[in-house]
Amino acid sequence: MVKFLLDEFEPAQLSNLLGQEVAIAGEGVSRALIVTPEQLIATMEALVTKLGFDYLGDLTSVDRGAEGLEVVYHLYSLTNQREIRVKAKVDAETATVPTVTTIWPGADWFEREVYDLMGISFAGHPNMTRLLLPEDFEGHPLRKSYKLQKRV
Amino acid sequence: MEIEKGIERLNDQQVEEFVQKNIILTSLDAVFNWARGRSLWPLSSGLACCAIEMMATGASRFDMARFGYEVFRPSPRQADVVIVAGTLTWKMAPAMKRVYEQMAEPKWVIAMGACACTGGPFNESYAVVPGVDKILPVDVYIPGCPPRPEALLDGMLKLKEKIQDPSKARVKHG
Ligand code: SF4
Repeated sequence: MVKFLLDEFEPAQLSNLLGQEVAIAGEGVSRALIVTPEQLIATMEALVTKLGFDYLGDLTSVDRGAEGLEVVYHLYSLTNQREIRVKAKVDAETATVPTVTTIWPGADWFEREVYDLMGISFAGHPNMTRLLLPEDFEGHPLRKSYKLQKRV
Repeated sequence: MEIEKGIERLNDQQVEEFVQKNIILTSLDAVFNWARGRSLWPLSSGLACCAIEMMATGASRFDMARFGYEVFRPSPRQADVVIVAGTLTWKMAPAMKRVYEQMAEPKWVIAMGACACTGGPFNESYAVVPGVDKILPVDVYIPGCPPRPEALLDGMLKLKEKIQDPSKARVKHG
């Protein structure tokens, strides 16, 4: 049975521990720590050093339409056996968040996939190119604004 | 000497019969095509779920070897026919085209399954080629999702017919 760290901490307690004003939103399995792109790296570093979240399980993204984009990080602590979900909110125009490859090198291809399909750039990424689609592909198909078009 | 003596004793009609029974007159092309159609070497090119049916066709239950088609080659240089078994994505398309171009002439293409014929369930996808005939000249289309091994065998036999008598299937390649 997976234990969620957010079930065990009050928001104020967590903000204190991480040294950041963070919010918590969502219910059950979608309960997540909400951060801004500016807070992201400091929060992640605190999660690694203070709470032992040494494993990045998945990195994905959601297009919430008018509410902008979300980059979702699924973290796991192999030492404490706890799980936490972190969401970085970013608006569709800027669509840039800092890379976490500096913390977990395994984020490399996850971030390229998100860039490829959702069009979110990761500042500081060593190789910010398409991963799954052909290089000459235009647009980012998982965006709600993407229009399907015939290629032939 | 014995044989010569025998021939001497035949009359004209017997000679004709003798010739008809023992000598076959044909063009070299026809002989080659007869052989080609009976010994197609497919390229192992499974792209998606259809490839599982292709493997089943090669295995003992359906036994493609009955027809002389069992020699799946891992190299395009040794293959006669490419069975496009599965979903072709735009990312994969240049590789598929290159592999086809590396095959020695004469060569044929079988589009196996709905995906290879038209893009199938992914027809409108941004990532999938809506039919391999957009990039390769297809000789035989086999519908189904996936087609059963019998259907693949039938397709291979249709290709055999086409190779032996090209006039049977005049299709415009596009
Ligand atoms: S036609 Fe159906 S079975 Fe064959 S590759 Fe496409 S989806 Fe898979």
